[in-house]
Amino acid sequence: MSRRKLPEIPNASLADIAFMVLIFFLMVSTMDTDMGLERRLPPMPPPDQIDDDTPPIKERNVFVVLVNAQNQLLVEGEWLDIKNLREKAKEFIANPDDDPNLPEKTVQDIPFFGPTPVTKGVISLQNHVGTQYGTYIAVQSELVGAINDLRKELALQKFGKPYESLDSDQQGAIKDIYPSKISEAEPKKIGGGK
Amino acid sequence: MEEGSSMSKFRKGGKKETPAIATSSLPDIVFMILIFFMVTVKMRDVSLKVHVVTPQASELSKMEKKSLVSNIYVGEPDKQYQKMFGTEPRIQLNDALANVSDIVEFIIAEREARDEAEIPFLITSLKVDEFTKMGIVQDIKQELRRASALHINYSARKKVKLD
Repeated sequence: MSRRKLPEIPNASLADIAFMVLIFFLMVSTMDTDMGLERRLPPMPPPDQIDDDTPPIKERNVFVVLVNAQNQLLVEGEWLDIKNLREKAKEFIANPDDDPNLPEKTVQDIPFFGPTPVTKGVISLQNHVGTQYGTYIAVQSELVGAINDLRKELALQKFGKPYESLDSDQQGAIKDIYPSKISEAEPKKIGGGK
Repeated sequence: MEEGSSMSKFRKGGKKETPAIATSSLPDIVFMILIFFMVTVKMRDVSLKVHVVTPQASELSKMEKKSLVSNIYVGEPDKQYQKMFGTEPRIQLNDALANVSDIVEFIIAEREARDEAEIPFLITSLKVDEFTKMGIVQDIKQELRRASALHINYSARKKVKLD
């Protein structure tokens, strides 16, 4: 029996093969994690429902944001730049001085806080059919941001911790005080045609 | 002359080739990168026929369970499809361009593909181009309400802060 040494498998091309597989994965992959604004749509009203059985909401409790086809904002009847929207929305929701023009509050019993005045304010966002989606999302983001800011402030004030590191009960209590009430109305023709 | 003699302490052979860089660990390094990518990526499951650049927003939340998400893409058709479909923003469901009226069917199909227990937690992600007009988005939202797929997510990118 001849004891010949087995020839070694050449491995010089291994790197090339691995590179090819790597490049394949680079091509087919998307790195981005999906992020976005989460919202809940209102359910479709049943067809036999009569519209007028809901009590009308008082005007002081509604924060009306209109966006027209030129992507301009009309907030509570006044032209407003989007940069100032967050402050204005925060002022509306918090209503720190109990201004009679800003929303009413009802006292509710909330865990950790006891009886606390909770705002009855609702943000109503209406847009024109010709509004740009980018603007719409920017407005939504600012409104959600206003509520998030208030929640963060309250979390720091009450628990001395950032909102994200609270447990779910504490987060729930804060959510009860500052609920996320943004209603998206169906489109109306407002402010200028196409 | 003096300098040269002191250097000769280190340069013994005088004429010597620089040694080749050892490449034997190169496959290992490449495999490491490869495995990193395989772990972190998700496969692109549809080929996009519409051009979508999602808008920027500051208040974003991450979508946790990707298996529960169905995507609706809205945007201008890509160049190669513009002859057939024009340049108006269109809806893409799965692999094909669709109409607003197809959405209810799409949602039902998405539900059927899932476990029954998962159905209440399904999320519809709207991946809409930032220059799209709201009209088409509004139509989609109405259709989603009709299909009672109420949990939606407006896909967006993280805003780059300039301050």
